[in-house]
Amino acid sequence: MAEKTMIEAVRDAMFEEMKRDERVIVLGEDVGQGGVFRATEGFVQEFGEQRCMDTPLAESCIVGAAIGLSLNGIIPVAEIQFADFSHPAFDQIVSEAARLHYRSNGTWSCPIVVRTPYGSGIHGGPYHSQSIEAFYAHVPGLKVICVASPYDAKGLLKSAIRDPNPVIFLEHKKAYRAFRQEMPDEDFTIPIGEAVVKREGSDMTLVTYGMMTHHSLKAAETVQQEDGTSVEVIDLRTVSPWDKERVLESVQKTGKALIVYEDNITGGFGAEVAATIAQDAFEYLDGPVTRVASPDVPISPYSGILEDYILPNPEKIAAAIRKLAAY
Amino acid sequence: MTAIKGATRTFGLTEKQLLDIHYKMLLARALSVRQRILQRMGRGPMTFSGEGHEGAQVGTAYALRPGVDWVFPYYRDVAVAVTIGMSAREILMGFFARADDISSGGRNMPSHFSHPKLRIVSGSAPICTQAPHAVGTALASKLRGLDEVTAVYFGDGATSTGDWHESMNFAGIHKLPVVFVCEHNSYAISVPWRKQAAIENVAVRAEGYGFPGVTIDGNDVLAVYGAMLNAVERARSGEGPTLIEAKTYRLVPHSSDDDDRRYRTREEVEEWSARDAVAAFARQLTEMGALDDKRETELNDRVNEEVDEATDQTEKAAAPPPESAVRHVFVETEGAQ
Amino acid sequence: MAFTLTMPEVGETVTEGTIERWLKQPGDKVEKYEPIVEINTDKVNVELPCPVSGTLTEILVQEGETIPVGAALAQIETAEGEVPAEIAPPAPAEEPKPAEAPNEKAPVAASGGEAPRAEAAPAATAPAADGRDGAGERRRATPRVKRLAEELGVSLAQLTGSGPGGRIVEEDVRAAASGGKAPTAAPATTATAERAAPAPAAKPGAEEETVPVTSIRRTIAQRMAASAFSAPHAWLAMDADVTDLVALRNAAKEAFRQRHGIDLTYLPFMAYAVVQSLLEHPYLNASWAEDKIILRRRINLGIAVATDRGLLVPVVHDADRLSVTGLAQAMHELGEKSRNNKLQLEDVQGGTFTLDNTGAFGSVISMPIINLGQAAIISLEAITKRPTVVAGNAIGVRSVVTLCISFDHRILDGHQAGAFLQAVKKRLESIGPDTGID
Repeated sequence: MAEKTMIEAVRDAMFEEMKRDERVIVLGEDVGQGGVFRATEGFVQEFGEQRCMDTPLAESCIVGAAIGLSLNGIIPVAEIQFADFSHPAFDQIVSEAARLHYRSNGTWSCPIVVRTPYGSGIHGGPYHSQSIEAFYAHVPGLKVICVASPYDAKGLLKSAIRDPNPVIFLEHKKAYRAFRQEMPDEDFTIPIGEAVVKREGSDMTLVTYGMMTHHSLKAAETVQQEDGTSVEVIDLRTVSPWDKERVLESVQKTGKALIVYEDNITGGFGAEVAATIAQDAFEYLDGPVTRVASPDVPISPYSGILEDYILPNPEKIAAAIRKLAAY
Repeated sequence: MTAIKGATRTFGLTEKQLLDIHYKMLLARALSVRQRILQRMGRGPMTFSGEGHEGAQVGTAYALRPGVDWVFPYYRDVAVAVTIGMSAREILMGFFARADDISSGGRNMPSHFSHPKLRIVSGSAPICTQAPHAVGTALASKLRGLDEVTAVYFGDGATSTGDWHESMNFAGIHKLPVVFVCEHNSYAISVPWRKQAAIENVAVRAEGYGFPGVTIDGNDVLAVYGAMLNAVERARSGEGPTLIEAKTYRLVPHSSDDDDRRYRTREEVEEWSARDAVAAFARQLTEMGALDDKRETELNDRVNEEVDEATDQTEKAAAPPPESAVRHVFVETEGAQ
Repeated sequence: MAFTLTMPEVGETVTEGTIERWLKQPGDKVEKYEPIVEINTDKVNVELPCPVSGTLTEILVQEGETIPVGAALAQIETAEGEVPAEIAPPAPAEEPKPAEAPNEKAPVAASGGEAPRAEAAPAATAPAADGRDGAGERRRATPRVKRLAEELGVSLAQLTGSGPGGRIVEEDVRAAASGGKAPTAAPATTATAERAAPAPAAKPGAEEETVPVTSIRRTIAQRMAASAFSAPHAWLAMDADVTDLVALRNAAKEAFRQRHGIDLTYLPFMAYAVVQSLLEHPYLNASWAEDKIILRRRINLGIAVATDRGLLVPVVHDADRLSVTGLAQAMHELGEKSRNNKLQLEDVQGGTFTLDNTGAFGSVISMPIINLGQAAIISLEAITKRPTVVAGNAIGVRSVVTLCISFDHRILDGHQAGAFLQAVKKRLESIGPDTGID
């Protein structure tokens, strides 16, 4: 077993899949020289420029060409340099990739992965910090994954590459180098759609994903030590389709639900989780279903002071836990 | 078989093939007309006619290899679909949105042709989103070392979109085996060409992307065929993309929801009617000695019979079961994650 | 044959049209698909094609008139057989393949999914707790607490809430279920309720004393009455010679206590014999359902436990999978929970057969009442040393126990109950010093 950072895990996942299946190629801006985050370090040397291809600065075409490639025997992994720059490709993702299989009555399919760094907390300003999962989780025909841990990243990226459906794979950039985790030597995958309980508890269920998982775990530890409150933390990992059963099972046990997400609160994906819990676990609730998220302000301003003011952090999450626990 | 007379270049086509081209133009025309009529009779909510474009469409499609080469049509390309091999029945199944409609099972609007065996790829309604797909498919052919050409079709309005420019650029960089076919009919619904672009011919744009563009008379089906042969040859020999601009005219409104009297004169329409590709080719064939009244009648009868029979069959065909609306959001395989 | 030409829907959102110009006049022939009239709509101007061949006989709407979609425009006389059959929307095709479950995560319906139903109603069904009291005022309790109250048969209307703002919390409900008063100021995290018995409200000097009925008492009363008055009870008893069992137990009890930390009583042996016998006699593990008998596949053995609040019947689920030792542990745990008021809902639900340890308070013979919804109930009476006939005609002293079974004569006849009891007796009599209990 070796310890790896998340960016290494992402790199390893792609590298191993490209070795395993010669149909897999990566394309995107700057991937040839290793990628601005080093996700494709060494790929040209190993696989050549045909399988690690620099593209022009044209996001719609990157995704559109990936769709075309996938129709003709290639499994493309398209890198969009930052999630904030994916919007020109919105039409290709939503009108084309998501709908090709449905509109052709199942006769064409689109096995592409669009992977991109997302998320805030690194002084990236408004255009290197956005969360985009809500836009795509809303679209039938897409799978949307948000990872912030090396193990999850590797297992899920492999699954995404092997999945015959289009997958939007979001890697929280703050987690790229922040943690190391032990990785199995042998090939492993994590099923798309499976959440994981990262901390067991009995007084409250906290549902989250991305960097907020790490913040939530810190907050849960704090309230355990200081108040004896036992919080169960569930990391969704896959935002769409999400693991309703796991979450509802937990809320049935604890009676209280807190949903934590980095994105703007209104219409952020956590709102969907909250609505589902309120509807399907109503009889088990011992308190209001509560969300912690960024306020409705563009994420996120460059100044650290301004950014910190907006984003959820362990202290804000702990305060929300305490408030709900006292209900 | 009579020897072909006259000075018309026939690019190696036999008399049989020439008559086949004529037949396909007639069939496409008849299908456009029939769908227009059926829509007016209230049998279906929507139709897009291809009347007037038959020369540009059949001429280019005839140079492709059905089931080998890749075709990305847009919603006016009924004659492309017919030429590549879709039957009248298959096309009308889409009009009636039947369960067995090969294009989409009634899920996509009519005229959004799709046929996996013929390598006609399902498209959408946003304009020119198929161009990046086409260059992706062409890139795959190149990466895999396959002898395949990709043809992507669009109108003049499409050449203003970002997707079109990004795709042209991409194709030029990689010298992709792709042919961009612009059916330039001078209108994007009601917006005339002079409000769409600052230039006269779309073809000049190709130079900006590093490959040749040619402007041809889209209503001269053989000239179109000749230009396409060149482009296909270029693609297959690794010389890269070509932009073919076929100048033609849409003889009818944009769609069943459009009233073209609001933006163009009847004189203009009549002027172009007189240059209609179908009639022009019939005259050419007559001059060549390949066509006479008897043959013309035979062909028309065959076409009418085919369209009538197809209309009957498809009118009676089953609609999709309502609950099937929720299927095929994702690929339905066991073990798919 | 006469055919009526009607105004079709010629474009999306078109609801009406105005006749611009008739292209044919009465008496004119018209071909199928030939344009017959020009119509103005607010979207498009259309030439309407005629759906049939024939002769126009009558114009019904004049030029300049406006008509809605579907209105009759003209009459046409066609040749016989020309009129197209009603183009009814064709029947939808059969689903081409069986509806294989799509990607299991794909939703089946757009509307909100069904709420997961709670577990099937527990054995101890109590009157549904209503959040409103007689005055119609809503009591504050969260859905979870309301649900718990319903399950435990507690009426929220009679409770004072000890939670924030007077809200009724879980502890209040549990306390009420156990018969005690709700504590007036209980911190949310600590859970033990007081177990004060209801104080008799006596008028000084009255000839009688009125004792209010606790909810648990009320529940017992209702269920016992329902059982006794709906199921025709019949009763059998048999004696079993358990001398060897007694010997085994006496020999093993020290070591058992050392090893497992709990006492080894006769009850797990009885439970074991009962459960194994139920496997052979499925009609004893059943319910009466008017026109059918429901045989329960699982054997969930209820053990009647006497507590100072009243009779409770916690359940050992899948008791047939446990050894004597396993049963002893399970029953000990349930007994502890019962006495300490720590039973959970699932501990009292799902019972299929009941064992009553009447011997614990000295009974040598009894006629228990069947647990409502089951087929029979068996009691373990006190084991006593009795003079018995042994080996031929001699008299000896043996440890003997009387096994009693009450059974629902709608489901069972005497010989079935007797056969079952025989099986239990034989099992008990075969337990001896060499019997393994782990």
